[in-house]
Amino acid sequence: MDWGNILELSLRELIGVQAIVFALAAIGINVQFGYTGLLNFGQAAFAAVGGYGIAVIVTTYDMSFWLGLVVGIVGAIVLALLLGIPTLRLRADYLAIVTIAASEIVRLVGRSAWGRDVFGGSDGITGFSNAFYDLNPFTEPFEFGPFQFRERVLWVLVVGWVLVAVCTLVVWLLMRSPWGRVLKGIREDEDAVRSLGKNVYAYKMQSLVLGGVIGALAGMVYSLFQGAMQPDVYATNFTFFAYAILILGGAATVFGPVLGAAIVWFAFQFIDLALRGAIQQEYIPSWLMDANDTGAVRFMLTGIVLVLLLVFRPQGILGDRREIALDAR
Amino acid sequence: MQKLARCLGALLAVLAALFLAAPAAAQGSGETIHGTLEYQDAPVAGVTITVSTADGEEVGTAQTAADGTWEVPVPGPGDYTVVLDAATLPSTAPGVARDTIETTVNPQQRKVVLFRVGAPEGGGGSDQPSPSQTAPPQGGEGEGGTESGAPEGGTVEDVTVTAGNNQLLQLFVSGVRFGLILGLAGLGLSLVFGTTGLTNFAHGELIVFGAVAALLLNQAGMPILLAALVATLLSAVFGWGQDRGFWRPLRKKPTGLIALMIISIGVSLFLRYLTQFIIGGGRETYDQYTYQDPVEIGPLSITPRDLIIMGICAVLLAAVALALTRTRMGKATRAVADNPALAAASGINVDRVITVVWTVGTALAGLSGIFFGMIQGVDYLMGMRILLLVFAATVLGGLGTAWGAMVGALVVGIFIEVSAYVVPSELKTAGVLVVLILILLVRPQGILGRRERVG
Repeated sequence: MDWGNILELSLRELIGVQAIVFALAAIGINVQFGYTGLLNFGQAAFAAVGGYGIAVIVTTYDMSFWLGLVVGIVGAIVLALLLGIPTLRLRADYLAIVTIAASEIVRLVGRSAWGRDVFGGSDGITGFSNAFYDLNPFTEPFEFGPFQFRERVLWVLVVGWVLVAVCTLVVWLLMRSPWGRVLKGIREDEDAVRSLGKNVYAYKMQSLVLGGVIGALAGMVYSLFQGAMQPDVYATNFTFFAYAILILGGAATVFGPVLGAAIVWFAFQFIDLALRGAIQQEYIPSWLMDANDTGAVRFMLTGIVLVLLLVFRPQGILGDRREIALDAR
Repeated sequence: MQKLARCLGALLAVLAALFLAAPAAAQGSGETIHGTLEYQDAPVAGVTITVSTADGEEVGTAQTAADGTWEVPVPGPGDYTVVLDAATLPSTAPGVARDTIETTVNPQQRKVVLFRVGAPEGGGGSDQPSPSQTAPPQGGEGEGGTESGAPEGGTVEDVTVTAGNNQLLQLFVSGVRFGLILGLAGLGLSLVFGTTGLTNFAHGELIVFGAVAALLLNQAGMPILLAALVATLLSAVFGWGQDRGFWRPLRKKPTGLIALMIISIGVSLFLRYLTQFIIGGGRETYDQYTYQDPVEIGPLSITPRDLIIMGICAVLLAAVALALTRTRMGKATRAVADNPALAAASGINVDRVITVVWTVGTALAGLSGIFFGMIQGVDYLMGMRILLLVFAATVLGGLGTAWGAMVGALVVGIFIEVSAYVVPSELKTAGVLVVLILILLVRPQGILGRRERVG
């Protein structure tokens, strides 16, 4: 097995597009779950709305890319309001169930033959990313040691990491503001905050909207990178992944989501390539698994890591254990 | 820039030729054509896809992986023809709408090409296509006739519904059947929530466990009825072991309810992909009772299998209801659900009650999985699909109440089938979920839930 090559390809993923997308999704969940204690299990829906915003406006209706950006973000705000109004007054698990239901509704409607004229059916939508790549100032591939990034990828990486940095900065500033302290107060004891005269419902809603908009950015980056908006990318696993990443990095920390995303995608690539190599070299007998099974194995590992983390180190790498001793109320 | 890209493409083509022995090295940097092959929400694995250039020169072939993905690196930008070998499709997939797709790859593009698996005119990936599609006419060219003629070809589909004047009645009965099985599936979730407060996202995998256990026993040569019995017992053992070995230590630790909920997501991911690891990404069927000739009862036509399944479900649901109201254990369960501390103080062994709830709940979930498996076939994603409907049913009925779970399940089952009369069948799940959200808006405690402050 060529360990040098495996390591090199894995290290690329540390700063890869997948890491950006899931860092953004996890930053959004961090605002909602980490700081406010809201269980949003529908982050995939927000990402899908962001992606569809651009794709539908540009490809289906042939309008401007910038309008698409606006529509994607407004769509995420509307979705957050729609989900929040019935559930934010209820116990935490109701929000969890409603948001996971909403994410499946978005995906099912997106992939249906009924909405094919607008959403492109299960094939999704392509041909909306030209405006984005026309803005690309890079004309040559970028080389850094053994790594080479083609200009197209480089452009996505730069835009993506700028977005991650901006979102991280915004979250950091907000959470040390009085507004952020109210959110943390809601997480710790909702009734206490209410008795101080704060409108808990409004604060929860603002948190849900902010996290949802950041989630929509994740979907936009991913579909622009892929050049395609495919509904099945945004299945419930997308959300669960983002949760695993957030908890690994450390919920209720500023850099937790980013660190978690980089580590997870590095580990994924590494495990995948190492397993494939081992299978090719027949270190792993073929009756046990073949190259098709590596995807399943890494999902199994995600599940195990999620369980072990919450049992033995719920604060993740960066977190503070006292900050995430949440209960369902 | 275009010129540069073209140069790069040419260079890559040369490189690709040079490093043919180590194609993995070139894979990371060039243009590729890739996609995901799915049928009815389940990935289709092991299908051969060939890419050739516009002048017919073969570039490469790929087989779809267990998650349905495939990828073929191409030497550079240009026009390519992508051909799916319909002969390699598994028997559960009726065919492919178009097996040849022509595409243009732009410089540095990772081009997505998607094949639509399904009967040629069968609008997309609906879960239970309308009856006319159950034996799909293969393309009209008679090309795939070997598959469409035999009942195995399309039998993963529902055969209760036959087109006719009384379609609404048929849909209603179909809905009652679905609701009864769903009720069986949801009891465990509701009771576990009632007694421990855990919203178990791994409950869908408990349903799959029964279905897969029966499938494996069946494939090992056991007749399906015996396999179903053994699999239900195995489910009970699985539930008992899960509580004693996993959830009880966590409760003792103690772990917060939200942490437990996320732990259950981890368990669900692990079990779901373990299932994929074991049975693969395709849809499997039992060797018996996947297809039966329906019998006519008055205006209805229904298969004997469905009648028996409905009977078993109704009897079991009634038995659980009676047990909850009449037996010591049932009363203890309700007491624990009402107030665990008070129940413990009055001498009820709370841990024992919870273990019994887990054991019985998992056994019923496993049995419901076997029924779902007989009707729809077994695949590793069925747990997630059913889980959402179970959630809808329990929330609709009122979280934590056994009656609520049963009533909610019947409502969801009937709604989902009857709505197919108006809503496109692929959207009926979405329809139920929309109704769920609307009901929460008006009556958050559910239909039968107690009116208490829930937040």
